[in-house]
Amino acid sequence: MRAIKIQKILLMTVLIIGALIYLGPFIFSVIVSFSDNKNLINQPGLITRSGWTLKNYVYIWKDLPFAKWLFNSVLITVIQTITNVFFSALAGFTFAKLEFRGKNLIFGAMMASLMIPGIILIIPKFMLINELRMINSYPGLILPGMVSVVNIFLMKQFFETMPKDLEKAALIDGCNYFQMFWKVFIPNSKPALAAVAIYTFQGTWNEFLWPLIATNTGEMFTLPVGMASLRYELLTDWPAIMAGTILVSIPTLLIFIVFQRFFVQGIASTGGKE
Amino acid sequence: MAIIEIKKLQKTYPNNYQAIKGIDISIREGEFVVLVGPSGCGKSTLLRMIAGLEDISGGELYFNDRLMNSVHPKDRNIAMVFQNYALYPHMTVYDNMAFGLKLKKMPKAEIHQRVTHAATTLGLTDYLKSLPKDMSGGQRQRVAIGRAIVRQPDVFLFDEPLSNLDAKLRVQMRTEIKRLHRQLKNTMVYVTHDQIEAMAMGDKIVILKDGEVHQIDSPMNVFKYPKNKFVAGFIGSPAMNFVSGEIINEDELFFVNTGMKISVPPPLKISMEKYLGKTVYIGFRPEYVYDKGLGKEKRLSTDMEIEILVVENVGSESYNHFILNGMDTIYSYRSSSSNVHTPGEKLTVGIDLERLHFFDFETEETIL
Repeated sequence: MRAIKIQKILLMTVLIIGALIYLGPFIFSVIVSFSDNKNLINQPGLITRSGWTLKNYVYIWKDLPFAKWLFNSVLITVIQTITNVFFSALAGFTFAKLEFRGKNLIFGAMMASLMIPGIILIIPKFMLINELRMINSYPGLILPGMVSVVNIFLMKQFFETMPKDLEKAALIDGCNYFQMFWKVFIPNSKPALAAVAIYTFQGTWNEFLWPLIATNTGEMFTLPVGMASLRYELLTDWPAIMAGTILVSIPTLLIFIVFQRFFVQGIASTGGKE
Repeated sequence: MAIIEIKKLQKTYPNNYQAIKGIDISIREGEFVVLVGPSGCGKSTLLRMIAGLEDISGGELYFNDRLMNSVHPKDRNIAMVFQNYALYPHMTVYDNMAFGLKLKKMPKAEIHQRVTHAATTLGLTDYLKSLPKDMSGGQRQRVAIGRAIVRQPDVFLFDEPLSNLDAKLRVQMRTEIKRLHRQLKNTMVYVTHDQIEAMAMGDKIVILKDGEVHQIDSPMNVFKYPKNKFVAGFIGSPAMNFVSGEIINEDELFFVNTGMKISVPPPLKISMEKYLGKTVYIGFRPEYVYDKGLGKEKRLSTDMEIEILVVENVGSESYNHFILNGMDTIYSYRSSSSNVHTPGEKLTVGIDLERLHFFDFETEETIL
């Protein structure tokens, strides 16, 4: 009994230390964002002598195009989340349930594309979007992220775990394949769809590199790019940057808290569930 | 008129595995036909081919004289009940039953009338708003049957519908399906691996093995007059006992084997003559082995000394597994509850000669 108790205490200690390591920078960011000492980040020892203020938050809302960046981020994220959920479910269903010539070849090629690091594709992607005259436009920001192979794979795996008889019952009931997808499989795929939505939301909301490359005027920036641009313009205005960062991370946090049940289910369902 | 006519039906998978090897079956209107056979015999494949869920590689399938080979499942006017129910988990019982009718764009009033009628027949009226996950296995299977009934199909197809239920419920549902058949008078094709279920339910039994039909007949005929050794061994529980031995002539024809000498019954004498000096199989069911100590007035074989090894007492009767002198094969014999044996007991038994079956050693066909 005693040994188990000590083990538990040790485990808890390790976990608390781990949590503090993760939370530390975030807590520090929160403190800095409310501080009126612009040098706090360089002199963290002055925390106790720092005054507290909301002016950093007011500043980023009033003096910066924060609302526009927020609009850009929301627009891109919402569209990409919806298209990812829709297309990956559709493609996943196709790969999981339909038989057609070259299915394995196409799927194999798609999976193989995962082996190419994303960073290598940045230049060809930029050239393509540039040729299409889409640089510094919403289509240019949205188009490359409308569907992802990982999400297709996730949905395919999920659909494959659904009983084959369900599909047969739907066929006998008179469904065509799209009706089967829409009326039988989609309503029963909420955990997987939620997982795809959450992954995509998080990824798109925090995406930095592509919006940075594909935009060249301030009003097309997304929040992460906007926040980064602040650093160069204001150099030492850490409290403002931190205030922005906190605001940027709130939606992701909220989504995670609200949907964490689906998140875990989604991850579980990517493994082999009968 | 045959409602379903299966002619030389074949199923070959892309890896060249032949699941169905040219089957002929004719199913009349209103018949309850059971497809039965061991795992991998092709019974479910055949059912799925009838349903249109599996492509036909060769041969023809007719419904009411109409070629169905490439007709979509929804246009065959069939309904199917699956082993694991295959209910739509997100729909209520009502919606599960109404789904197919809604897809057909049937008027709401008629859908309602059909669903409530089916629910009444199956005792599901109180559950119409429940989700499948809140119901027991038996209730779910009833919903699946309800979903089939509302379609008012020409043919009901059942794919091992009772296999997921516990033993007691299985017997109960068996009766319910039979009652339903009597009530609806529809043609039903039922797949099972359980020969008792097949015997209990079918008007006609189709016995399959390795993608081939071994016998099609009524349950009693299949039991009494099996066409070959496989059918004889597959139908009946416990299974028929088989012994191989030689046919000799000592004034009359005898089947002999160590510990066993049985005179060939008169009706078979002529056909057995050509087996003189050859090896054949005999088959006898456990229920036709009699304890000679009890003095039954049957035409029994000569005495056989046996030693009981294991006794399975199931209450109403006992299954006694025994060995014959000098042989290491285990046979079984059924005794009544008033004649319970113990392991190690030695007794003298005889086989009812009128219930003896002879099989060709090579072809394993019944010798008539």
